[in-house]
Amino acid sequence: MNPVTAIARPERDVMPSALPVERARADFPILKRMIHGSPLVYLDSAATTQKPQIVIDTIAEYYRQTNANVHRGVYALSAQATDLYEKARGKVAAFIGAEKTDQIIFTRNTTEAINLVAYSWGLAHLQTNDEILLTEMEHHSNLVPWYLVAPKTGAVVRHLPIHDDGTLALERWKEFFTPKTRIVAVAHTSNVLGTINPIASIAARAHAAGALVLLDAAQGVPHAPFDVVALDADFVAFSAHKMLGPTGVGVLYGRRELLEGMDPFLGGGDMIRTVTLQGATWNDLPWKFEAGTPNIAGVIGFGAAIDYLSALGMDKVRRHEMELTDYALARMNALDSVDVYGPADATARAGVIAFNHRRIHPHDLATILDRRGIAIRAGHHCAQPLMERLGQSATARASFYVYNTRDEVDALIEGLIAAGKFFERNQ
Amino acid sequence: MIGATRGLNPLFAADNNDITMPMTADYNREDVELDALYRDTVLDHYRSPRGRKTLDRVDLSRDGHNPLCGDRLTLSLKLSGDKIADVAVKGNGCAISIASASMLAEMLPGMTRGDAQRLAEIFRQMMHGHPAPAGVDVGDLDSLEGVRQFPVRIKCALLAWMTLVDVLRQADSGTAETSITVTENDGEVV
Repeated sequence: MNPVTAIARPERDVMPSALPVERARADFPILKRMIHGSPLVYLDSAATTQKPQIVIDTIAEYYRQTNANVHRGVYALSAQATDLYEKARGKVAAFIGAEKTDQIIFTRNTTEAINLVAYSWGLAHLQTNDEILLTEMEHHSNLVPWYLVAPKTGAVVRHLPIHDDGTLALERWKEFFTPKTRIVAVAHTSNVLGTINPIASIAARAHAAGALVLLDAAQGVPHAPFDVVALDADFVAFSAHKMLGPTGVGVLYGRRELLEGMDPFLGGGDMIRTVTLQGATWNDLPWKFEAGTPNIAGVIGFGAAIDYLSALGMDKVRRHEMELTDYALARMNALDSVDVYGPADATARAGVIAFNHRRIHPHDLATILDRRGIAIRAGHHCAQPLMERLGQSATARASFYVYNTRDEVDALIEGLIAAGKFFERNQ
Repeated sequence: MIGATRGLNPLFAADNNDITMPMTADYNREDVELDALYRDTVLDHYRSPRGRKTLDRVDLSRDGHNPLCGDRLTLSLKLSGDKIADVAVKGNGCAISIASASMLAEMLPGMTRGDAQRLAEIFRQMMHGHPAPAGVDVGDLDSLEGVRQFPVRIKCALLAWMTLVDVLRQADSGTAETSITVTENDGEVV
């Protein structure tokens, strides 16, 4: 794959970010840490984001004041815990524009949400020779569940290719989307290339032929205003921990009639209406899909994260990341030794930049940068088919969020230059 | 707040590196541990790896895989009786794994299979903090000693050597698998 065309380093004036970044940074206690003697420069938010004090406090406060199991007790504490838990569900629904709160199902993470659809919907609806359309840029979490379910149903998995610039080859849609395609499962935003896919257009094409659309929105929902109705998605999966919330909480949004028609994914407590020795009947949405005691504290903490993001304003979050990405792309492209993957235009991508140094393996690069306090990801990013497509066994990846600054991009660039000098010494 | 938490809970104890040092923008600033990881000898092997060739005859061959970073290599041996006559290495990886495989290719030709296995075990022990026994010549492998300070990188250094151990053990037992995976933690073969 060719690196994107170099563009000049921006000496132009850039509007100051609308986001109060310095104020926001003060809300994240971990950003005060020193790593190997340097301030932490955290550039791995695509893996997981840091947590603001309010999220940490909300979780601690829940355990201090309100801890009880939900949907069970008649006593006050349980009722309060249930109320906080369900209020968080309402916040999630409002955040993504869901029509009804009961369309929000809490899972452990994006992966479990996609597995839920693959098994509960897929096993019931996919038949021999039906087709599941994925893409070449998917994360393993939106590949492997389908690889597991397809052979059980006789269905076949296909992959829509990508262009060299990291965008989907939509002009080849008709080669890959056939009358047998039953579902299109696609990343809203690539976790490697940062590509933001044209979801509304994909949904319109799929729906016109009666197929469903599932969005892996783990890198989408956290980074820009998100409206499930406008996107016309049938299923949307994302994770709390990639949007300032705790680990262990994911979300599946689904169209109501689809969720109602699906059998439960996991069986156990809380998801039943009646259980007899002969069988069981299912609870209503969304609890039908929430077997066992959920991550109550995590969900409530997630609610606090959503409040925090909403207060910042998701349009401002998007603008901040776009400006930072534009700046970082320009500075990286100005380095002869660095190849950048993905779309050249920051408006077409999220704050995720995969890159390689021409003379330093990403693993070495990550070690050298870590010594300067800079945390980047190195590896295949759980997207091995995409790595194959890029012709790379691994890449480095920097990703941004609300707390990252231009100074931190500068630190990355300095680190890349220093790494080059370090590796090319005595030559 | 963080300091207070650390004081109370040993789980959050700061590591030894977590100390405040003045940050400079100097590209060449001193970093003793990093220098020890990437010694000149290591970088020399990385830039000009030995054993990058095709053997006229391959008697034993094995793929090694490091799933965390995606590094893969293929180790091929040409035997002459009980001796290793020649070694070829193919594959991509980080500087540490390339350099380590290069040292292997440099040292093995002429050794008996038993000596090669013993050297691999000595090197594995070195990576876990046990110096080579007195009198044993470990060649350039000494220069990889700095890897010990970077525990996540130990498996990079061991990939070629564990692949070697595996291919020889397999040849001894007559089984015929074709690849191994080196685990994240300590380079034990699984």
